[in-house]
Amino acid sequence: MFDNVWLIPLFPFIGFLINGLLGKKIKNETVIGGIGAFAVLCSFIVSCMTILNLLSLPGEERVANVKLFTWITSGHFNADIAFLIDPLSCVMIMIVTGVGFLIHLYSIGYMHGEEGFYRFFAYLNLFMFSMLLLVLGNNLLLMFVGWEGVGLCSYLLIGYYFHKKSAGDAGKKAFVMNRVGDFGFLLGVFTLFWYMGQNHNIWTIQFTELAANSHLLPTGGVVTVITLCFFVGATGKSAQIPLYTWLPDAMEGPTPVSALIHAATMVTAGVYMIGRMNYLFIRSPETLMVIAVVGACTALFAATIGTAQNDIKRVLAYSTVSQLGYMFLAMGSGAFAAGIFHLMTHAFFKACLFLGSGAVIHSMHHALHHAHSHDDAQDMRNMGGLRSKMPLTFLTFLLATIAISGIPGFSGFFSKDEILWQAFSNPHHGQLNYLLWGMGAVAAGLTAFYMFRLVFMTFFGECRITPKAKDHLHESPMVIVIPLIVLAALSVVGGYIGLPKVIGELFGGIPNYFEHYLEPVFRLSEEYMAQHAALGAEHHSATLEWGLMGLSVLIALFGIGVAFTMYVMNTELPKRFVATFPALHRAVYNKWYIDELYDYLFVNPCKALGRFLWKGFDVVVVDGAVNGVANVVMAFSGVFRFLQSGYIYNYAWSMAFGVVVILGYYVFK
Amino acid sequence: MENVNSYLIVSAILFSIGTIGVLTRKNAIVIFMCVELMLNAVNLTFVALSRHLGNLDGQIFVFFVMTVAAAEAAVGLALMIAFYNNKESIDVEDVNIMKW
Repeated sequence: MFDNVWLIPLFPFIGFLINGLLGKKIKNETVIGGIGAFAVLCSFIVSCMTILNLLSLPGEERVANVKLFTWITSGHFNADIAFLIDPLSCVMIMIVTGVGFLIHLYSIGYMHGEEGFYRFFAYLNLFMFSMLLLVLGNNLLLMFVGWEGVGLCSYLLIGYYFHKKSAGDAGKKAFVMNRVGDFGFLLGVFTLFWYMGQNHNIWTIQFTELAANSHLLPTGGVVTVITLCFFVGATGKSAQIPLYTWLPDAMEGPTPVSALIHAATMVTAGVYMIGRMNYLFIRSPETLMVIAVVGACTALFAATIGTAQNDIKRVLAYSTVSQLGYMFLAMGSGAFAAGIFHLMTHAFFKACLFLGSGAVIHSMHHALHHAHSHDDAQDMRNMGGLRSKMPLTFLTFLLATIAISGIPGFSGFFSKDEILWQAFSNPHHGQLNYLLWGMGAVAAGLTAFYMFRLVFMTFFGECRITPKAKDHLHESPMVIVIPLIVLAALSVVGGYIGLPKVIGELFGGIPNYFEHYLEPVFRLSEEYMAQHAALGAEHHSATLEWGLMGLSVLIALFGIGVAFTMYVMNTELPKRFVATFPALHRAVYNKWYIDELYDYLFVNPCKALGRFLWKGFDVVVVDGAVNGVANVVMAFSGVFRFLQSGYIYNYAWSMAFGVVVILGYYVFK
Repeated sequence: MENVNSYLIVSAILFSIGTIGVLTRKNAIVIFMCVELMLNAVNLTFVALSRHLGNLDGQIFVFFVMTVAAAEAAVGLALMIAFYNNKESIDVEDVNIMKW
């Protein structure tokens, strides 16, 4: 039934091989971009067929392992190259290939004329391949291969402009911080494999087998250790506190990369991984609490930083970190479906926002270039009034902004509200729920504020570049605008497949299709919760849900209102605010000095240790030993070399003499 | 059956001539031929003693020695040509750059 699923990762891999090996010779941008985009389009079509096949099955049968071949067998350990098809992986492949295809299309226009055009598309296709392996792999090891693969592509693409030092540094930072997380992931795999094997003689890393045997696992204890290890992996990949600082720096990469890898797909891998192993996480209340707290803190913390950044992409980067925090808040509240739902809607509106910002930067760059100006094309202080110049970009950007701000009727509202409600009403964290909800709600207000601040600074008011440059501002070509329109449309309607229960009831009992669809994946967690109902699942009334929903909408509207007052009505207000609270502004503007703190705590000690090992150990001990041996040999050879005359007959004579001596010894002994 | 001693004496004479040649001559090709002479002296000993003792092992060894000698001739001559290309000489006096 799912026999052709292996084609999904194969197409981008073929695209990678063609562009990577032959791209330099092909040269023609249309061909290179066409190959890259077409490969992903093929994957998308196969993904559509796969999800249609899946939907034709009854709910409980919607899981299949498609084995290609055995990969590794060693003792008890066995790993296959095999793909897992279930509702969760199908959602992910749809997002990855669908959004991925649109971004490939966009890149053809955006990367036009860039040096190394083929390299970009080769990396992008390699990324698609790795990401699809990550979401389709049916065992932890194959998932880890994809996990590392996307990290590699992320590194390569952040450092795409490698001649710029900041881009190279950002790539290295992302890679190293991801390595920290990957280490946790690996430890989690080892511990889980060892524990299940030692105690229950079930030596497996395959997801379906782990799920089938998850009832053997205890509550808490070793499961807490395992899940915390996995969560460390997730914080690295998905940019959560404390490993989030690489994501804002990753904006050094080209904007399509920021949209695809650092907003829509790769950074959600951590969320996906927790959803994939929900039956483990649900067994550890401690881990769930850690996840929820980290998620809520990240959501709030990153949102505060987003309010004071002037680089358009950095605002979006902090927004991404913050939204990922929401997803983890959902996961930590045991609301796995809500987290995946937000993952999906976020992929739509954040990809749209990034691509829109890319269109703006592209246009600004072009205009500034023509006017021979050296102003920063990404700085919002140079923008303004772009509404009339780029109407389509403005419209799509506005729709996505409304969606992320959580205005009713748009996708972000449904998913974010579901998360906030679950954070409030879940049975896991007791009194802490109110705090988590509060943090989420405040972050929602800040989100609305900084997103509309961005919109107002970019598209409203007076244009702040020179009139000469202004004349060169223009709307982007169709290949850039079409993906924007599709993504904007999805950000508007994407939420309707997951209506919250109370709203569904209002319209005559429309179910939450999305949650229902994902039910088979999270059934084990549901059953576990049902067995442990003693945890105190209190019943919340619909009135309360309506009230909280209304409150969060009000907070969002308040955020928009503040942004409107500060950046449209009275543009002097931000300056007065900065003048009144200079210290606060400086701290937020400098990202709470977290990077400096990490430099002080980790980077500099590491450097000092490295310098000590270099100057102290390597130079003195290692080099000393090597050179010492050489010196001893040299001293000896200095003496013995006098034995060598270099004349063959001398050697022949000594040989003959030696033979005579030896023979003489035996003869006369 | 003849006395094996006469064969051994001839062999010893041949071997001595070869040895002296190797030790005294300067021309590499002559040295080379002297080495062949030594080898064949040994071959003669092998064959003679093989016949004397009625054991075929000695004759087998002769085959080995002849094979090795053939291989040695190939390699040795190649070395000499290479040397001649470099120094325009096959005099072993000129093979002296290995000294300190």
